[in-house]
Amino acid sequence: MFTVRRQHAPASSAEPPGTPPAILATGVRKTYDGMEAVRGLDLTVAQGEMFGFLGPNGAGKTTTIAMLCTLAVPTAGRIEIAGHDTRTAPRAVRRNLGLVFQETTLDVELTAAENLRFHADLYSLPTGTLPPRIDAMLDLVGLSDRRDGLVRTFSGGMQRRLEIARGLLHRPRVLFLDEPTTGLDPQTRAQVWTYLREVRAREATTVFLTTHYLDEAEQCDRIAIIDAGRIVAQGTPAELKSVLGADRIELSTGDDTAAAALLRERFGLDPTVGERGLCVQAEDGARLVPALCAGLDVPVYEVTVTRPTLDDVFLHHTGRGIRESTPVPTAAEGL
Amino acid sequence: MTRVLERPAAGGRTVEGVLGRAAAELRVGRMVWRREMIHFFRDRTRMAVSLLQPMLFLYVLGIGLARLFAGSGGGTRAAGDYLLFLFPGVLVMAAQAPAISVGSSIVWDRQSGFLREMLVAPVARSTLLLGKCLGGAAVATCQGAVVLASAGLVGVPYRLDLFAALLAELALAALAMTVLGAVVAVTIRRLQTFNTVLTVLMGPLLFLSGMMFPVGSMPGWMAGLTLANPITYAVDAMRHTVLAYHAQRPSTMLFDPVAWGSWHVPLGLELAIVGGFSAVALAAASRRFSRTG
Repeated sequence: MFTVRRQHAPASSAEPPGTPPAILATGVRKTYDGMEAVRGLDLTVAQGEMFGFLGPNGAGKTTTIAMLCTLAVPTAGRIEIAGHDTRTAPRAVRRNLGLVFQETTLDVELTAAENLRFHADLYSLPTGTLPPRIDAMLDLVGLSDRRDGLVRTFSGGMQRRLEIARGLLHRPRVLFLDEPTTGLDPQTRAQVWTYLREVRAREATTVFLTTHYLDEAEQCDRIAIIDAGRIVAQGTPAELKSVLGADRIELSTGDDTAAAALLRERFGLDPTVGERGLCVQAEDGARLVPALCAGLDVPVYEVTVTRPTLDDVFLHHTGRGIRESTPVPTAAEGL
Repeated sequence: MTRVLERPAAGGRTVEGVLGRAAAELRVGRMVWRREMIHFFRDRTRMAVSLLQPMLFLYVLGIGLARLFAGSGGGTRAAGDYLLFLFPGVLVMAAQAPAISVGSSIVWDRQSGFLREMLVAPVARSTLLLGKCLGGAAVATCQGAVVLASAGLVGVPYRLDLFAALLAELALAALAMTVLGAVVAVTIRRLQTFNTVLTVLMGPLLFLSGMMFPVGSMPGWMAGLTLANPITYAVDAMRHTVLAYHAQRPSTMLFDPVAWGSWHVPLGLELAIVGGFSAVALAAASRRFSRTG
């Protein structure tokens, strides 16, 4: 089922052996005023990978990102970015990071080019090759014609693209994007993603992103889901979905009881009878539908096949976490 | 795709490493400084409006008070003297608005997010703060220079050496006020609270600086507060620089130098006090700034 090759295989295979992973976190914990925001996090992101970091609000996502970009120091554990320890070599780490935060960090009173030039000064990029580099980055995000326009006059999508260009200007190993498309309309969102794919193709940068949109997570090579300060699931989207098992087939028939018996007898399936009809789990559900319709002697009114989505994966993992944290609500409710 | 760029050694243990680091920090400081200048010169309205207040002080309040002195028996000579007396204080006042606006720009950068872009860069936070303060002081000095250009109207001779000395002293006073704004900015993070605190703070800083009335004529408590204010020494230093180049030395008590007891504080010490205050405040602000996330 999940043997389908991802279009973007992690570039790690192309790296020489011994190249440190883009991100390596081991046993990371963070405690704020006795509250454990992150409790033992392990994470490995290979060079060139597009990695999605998902989790409900308050799960420890923001804290984790702050620690990964040296803005917060872990209480315990160790983080390395491209082989540099965030605690002992924060400067080396910062040189290897490009950051695009949720809220804009551009100077809107300056032009697009000025914002990039100031970024170059901050990262002491060589001045000789700077003008062509700035032009290339503006071109990458389709802002060449707005080079000398004040950022104040840019739309939300343009500002976001400029931030991506700025985040890449110093050729970081890892580009962090914290909800890069939040607050953008669907069309602009799609456009930002077009540029992000272009970025990957041209700059070969590792991309680490958080998102609330599961269709965006679907585009990642690998995903980690964090809940209550721990990683609850990690893998490729296909792997994660396969954990939930096979497809769900829902049938509405003229005689559900008879149909259920036939399903057991002829197809070796284990149907459950619900209010809306029958429900069975099967591998490759869509292929099974014609056979089911032909093989059942009762009239079939409706068939629905549902593949597990990342949405289901997310609900499955974080939903379970939420139930665990509030153990016995039913007893109180019964009173 | 090559990702490794020629960069100064991170550890900076070698001589080249140290020099490279210093050059990088210098470049960042200059960038922050330039950003302040660009912001200021792009906002023409703010520039014009902030000149209005000192001009109002000098040519409306100043002339009004001067004529009052003249009318109450001092004669026209006293009127001219008062304007001359007021002039250095007005220069400081002209520099005050842009100087303290550096503080609000730090708070504003925090609010708008640009501060974060600077904080995650591989540079020392003290460099960022220093660049910011020097930028603010430079902007403030430019603003003061516009008022200085009208010096002839109050009888200050147009001499290059005098103007150079006054500008240098003005820059020092501007730096002191900028740094004070920065100290408040790194302590108070909310923009609204910050503005209130600074407005309340800047009133006494000017009124208790011997800018409008000489320390010698103040009651004890007021003189005490004034002598504790570093701006007092900047204003006094500028006053005596002007006086040194003035044709007729006014002999009124207006121009009695600031004194500790009966000892007149010399010009050099006055400048050292202002400079020392700036340095200590800058160190404190920078320490605080480096700690905050």
